[in-house]
Amino acid sequence: MLVVTAIAVVRIRSLFGVAMFSGMFSLLSALLFVALDAVDVAFTEAAVGAGISTVLVLGTLALTSRHVRPSKRSPAIPLFVVFVTGAALIYGTLDMPNFGSPDAPAQTHVYPDYIARSQHEIGVPNIVTAILASYRGYDTLGETAVVFTAGIGVLLLISGMRRRRDDDDEDESRTS
Amino acid sequence: MRHHLILRVITKLLVGTIILFALYVQFHGDYSPGGGFQAGVIMAAAFIIYGIVFGLNKVQQVFPAWVVHKLLALGVLIYAGTGVISLFGGYAFLDYSVLTPEHPEHGQHWGILAVELGVGVTVTGVMVAVYYAFAGRPPRLGDEEW
Repeated sequence: MLVVTAIAVVRIRSLFGVAMFSGMFSLLSALLFVALDAVDVAFTEAAVGAGISTVLVLGTLALTSRHVRPSKRSPAIPLFVVFVTGAALIYGTLDMPNFGSPDAPAQTHVYPDYIARSQHEIGVPNIVTAILASYRGYDTLGETAVVFTAGIGVLLLISGMRRRRDDDDEDESRTS
Repeated sequence: MRHHLILRVITKLLVGTIILFALYVQFHGDYSPGGGFQAGVIMAAAFIIYGIVFGLNKVQQVFPAWVVHKLLALGVLIYAGTGVISLFGGYAFLDYSVLTPEHPEHGQHWGILAVELGVGVTVTGVMVAVYYAFAGRPPRLGDEEW
């Protein structure tokens, strides 16, 4: 279903449909994360991907136009790049340990330590939160700073443009 | 959206519930899935849905843009401030045991709660600010063109 939705996103010309289908894509991947027992990630994906970003895409649509202009260039080179990258990624997965294998680096590195220690060191039942906020507090501080910077950037770009256009309008009304 | 009666009534019912759920996700993140990032997004979704249905002016009366812009920075300050407090207590940066030195586990609890609050505040601020920025520009597309 993920693949079908992805193909639909690429093929549909109406941008409104594309926005809806990308929301569906996010919701489906959230379900996939639930199936993989990564509830925290699924939560984020459902809220951000399916909820907020769909709204923001629709907001952007209201500022531009509803349909894609069909591109005149041949799709051969982009298609080739996509296939080569995809093939390289699939080739890379061949070396990965099997899903859920106890010898996987993810299971043997620091995580047994976290699982063993977090209950009496942090005392928080949700180990994801314990790792995120305590053991890796620096990383999360960095992520918060990134979110902050992104927000400031969007504000500067979009509000700044509006102010300049308002100034132009004022100039025009003054000259007329 | 003046004519959509059902949407308006349902939104009025839902917004309170969404905010309540956001607070639950925020402060119950230690025990169940969720935390600052998710709670911030859900909280922002409550304001965004209110803005979509009742118009940007109405939501900006409740949650003015200048408050949102202050919240952006406030969240990061809460987070970094928690770290600075632990520095003053003689511990490492962001070592929450400082908050209750006689019982480090409780300190960790408080610390996680504080930094998650910081994350949540920033994420709410950013999401609402981005929405205001997009919705505040005059649309080129009329309602019937959808």
